[in-house]
Amino acid sequence: MENKVKRELPDDLMSKMNLKPFESTDIGHPEVQRVAPKVRVTSDENKVVDSLEDVIKENLRDGMTISFHHHFRNGDYAFNKVMDLIIKMGYKDLTLAPSSLTGVMNDKVIEAIKKGVITHITSSGMRGSLGDFVSHGGLKNPVIFRSHGNRARSIEEGEIKIDVAFLGVPVSDPAGNANGQDGDAIFGSLGYALMDAQYANKVVLLTDNIVDYPNTPASIKQDQVDYVVKVDKIGDPDKIGSGATRFTKDPKELKIAQMVNQVIVNSPYYKQGFSFQTGSGGAALAVTRYLRQSMIDDGITASFALGGITKPTTDLLDESLVKKIMDVQDFDKGAAASMAKNKDQQEIDASWYADPHNKGAVVNNLDVSILSALQIDTNFNVNVMTGSDGIIRGAIGGHQDAANAKMTIITAPLVRGRNATIVPNVETVVTPGDLIDVVVTERGIAINPKRQDLIKAFSKVPGLKILDIKDLQKLAQEQVGTPKPLEYTDKTVALIEYRDGTIIDTIKQVKD
Amino acid sequence: MTYVKNRLRRTMMFVPGNNPAMIKDAGIYGADSIMLDLEDAVSITEKDAARMLVYNAIKTVDFGGAEIVVRINGQDTPFYDEDVKTMVKAGVDVIRLPKTESAAMIQKLVKDMEKAEEEYGVKKDSIGVMAAIESAKGVLNAPEIATSTPLMMGLAVSGEDYTADMHTHRYPDGRELEFARNMVLQAARAADVYAFDTVFSNMNDTDGFYRETKYIYELGYDGKSLVNPRQIPMVNKVFNPSKDEIENAKAVENAIREAKAKGSGVISMNGKMVDKPVVAKATRVLETAKASNLIDEEGNYIGE
Repeated sequence: MENKVKRELPDDLMSKMNLKPFESTDIGHPEVQRVAPKVRVTSDENKVVDSLEDVIKENLRDGMTISFHHHFRNGDYAFNKVMDLIIKMGYKDLTLAPSSLTGVMNDKVIEAIKKGVITHITSSGMRGSLGDFVSHGGLKNPVIFRSHGNRARSIEEGEIKIDVAFLGVPVSDPAGNANGQDGDAIFGSLGYALMDAQYANKVVLLTDNIVDYPNTPASIKQDQVDYVVKVDKIGDPDKIGSGATRFTKDPKELKIAQMVNQVIVNSPYYKQGFSFQTGSGGAALAVTRYLRQSMIDDGITASFALGGITKPTTDLLDESLVKKIMDVQDFDKGAAASMAKNKDQQEIDASWYADPHNKGAVVNNLDVSILSALQIDTNFNVNVMTGSDGIIRGAIGGHQDAANAKMTIITAPLVRGRNATIVPNVETVVTPGDLIDVVVTERGIAINPKRQDLIKAFSKVPGLKILDIKDLQKLAQEQVGTPKPLEYTDKTVALIEYRDGTIIDTIKQVKD
Repeated sequence: MTYVKNRLRRTMMFVPGNNPAMIKDAGIYGADSIMLDLEDAVSITEKDAARMLVYNAIKTVDFGGAEIVVRINGQDTPFYDEDVKTMVKAGVDVIRLPKTESAAMIQKLVKDMEKAEEEYGVKKDSIGVMAAIESAKGVLNAPEIATSTPLMMGLAVSGEDYTADMHTHRYPDGRELEFARNMVLQAARAADVYAFDTVFSNMNDTDGFYRETKYIYELGYDGKSLVNPRQIPMVNKVFNPSKDEIENAKAVENAIREAKAKGSGVISMNGKMVDKPVVAKATRVLETAKASNLIDEEGNYIGE
């Protein structure tokens, strides 16, 4: 069958897995039924245990679903510690349902797949050796990729049923009151893990830092926690974030950032009390710098900044240019440390952030979002998942979610090396073009023809070059030529869900 | 591409002729002139490859309307002949000769270009030349160099080589360059060609860069050589005319229009005759204002 973004979906898999094709970005007002976890009642004051192995033995059975969060990113010690034991203990047929998978987890996941320990995966994304392994057909069942908001929805509606959540934290008390803000390996917001803590049948905290009861502020609360496991070291602080965030000196990134800022300040949304979300890439950070200067010059302040937060954004909070930060995760040490000091930096969970099936997520209040892309096509569809070689090397993250902003801006260089970024058809549709308003490249900007209001607003801006997206695509093609189409086998290695759980695209096994 | 004698040349951005990534993107930053370098930026083992790359880039890359200048290797090198021939064949806008010390050197270049133009069927006199003044001798001979050919586009001071030749080096205040800067500028103005100041290479010293650019602008230079695209908006900022200058230039333009309408050869404004240099200045101001988006299509002031 073909879905509304003209992607051919495999009928057998769709019916076998009872999946629906993507229809529309309009969520509407469906009534949904949420699920609740099983609770093993306890009144223990002290849940601290020494043996992780005993906890696993008591709670995990073959065929269950386990989850982790990725807030430690490449400084994560929790995942490999738990998976080592699970592999050693000979479990089979588990479903792995982390908020995302980072590079430091790759080898362990591959080992677990090869030994039959893990047979199903759902994640926001994967990169490196694991993406390569899956794209070459290493996992029998297709991986399901979900955005952060969609993962929250899937957990609430029981599509992801977590039996045991293993959650690393930099601090907890013996009863399980925990946060991401104190200790050696701080990462700030626990946003994604809060879903697991709330909905998993069994919640196992791992920490190297047990403090006196009661530990506050408590992001994860004692009424959610079954065990607190003491470990030697939960994470490597130096690898959690990108360290001190440095502004790019790449003139092309700066040029793109400057153009993005021109787009923002000349849009109808740039006014007292506007809101925005930027990413963590070089251009996105530079946008924050230019936007800061514009806000100072124009005397404009933002009501909130959303998202993955970086230090340049918490600096805006310190300068009162931004009133509040709605914070689902922190990308660097500066932003993580800022949370503990600043009551206006509000920790939010993934549902509050971006769940399409709740009573209103913050992304729905968002004015401007700035997102990146691996590829954009002439229908404005965006790929953030597969490379120009067809191999999985990305993550949906909050892309589909933040694209619900009133104005969504995609930034990308026209070409990367010898590959066009603006293409006739993206390799994988992740975020549908209906949600994308403006594409900014170093050669000029393209505006979605649906947004005649923006075309009108921006055509008056001196020096801002507006092109048809098809002309941008041609410019790219003139530079790098037309590549041979990639070759795939018939095997589906991954499914890309839209926020509402419908299938927007699939990824096939690459042919070598 | 065709050489145009008079155009806006505030910024001349150096781009190494052996760096395809930088050449490909050179057109996006809004430099008035782009100087693709076959000389100092290219090591001796890469001379041929760079020449081929620059040739193909001129033929295929969209430089966004910038003037394309190529700095060839000097006449004392074995690469000079091939550089001249290939760049003429490519149809570059301007060829820049390094280490120019005499009118004879430029006249030799023009003769070699003519030969190549004939060989490759390139229109005669369709390519301009410019001279890089990099030594004491070059500075002293600047007047004869500036007038050595009608194809002369301009003179550029090269501070590094010149200060070495003068047994000194560059200092933050630029006093060591004072004579050369003024001599080259006088020679250029007397010959009605363009004058370009040398590069400022410390990217971290923003204040110093503004100080030097403001200084050479006040002396009367037409533009500055650059090594980093981030310097382009900084130079443009210094060269931007003020609102008063723009209004005045518009008044001059109106006076010209009125005179033309009346069929009068004499342009007058507020009862006073407008001289030719005033007209030229007004044209320059409006051209700069437009390039910097300080006025709209109708000439209305939209700067801040």
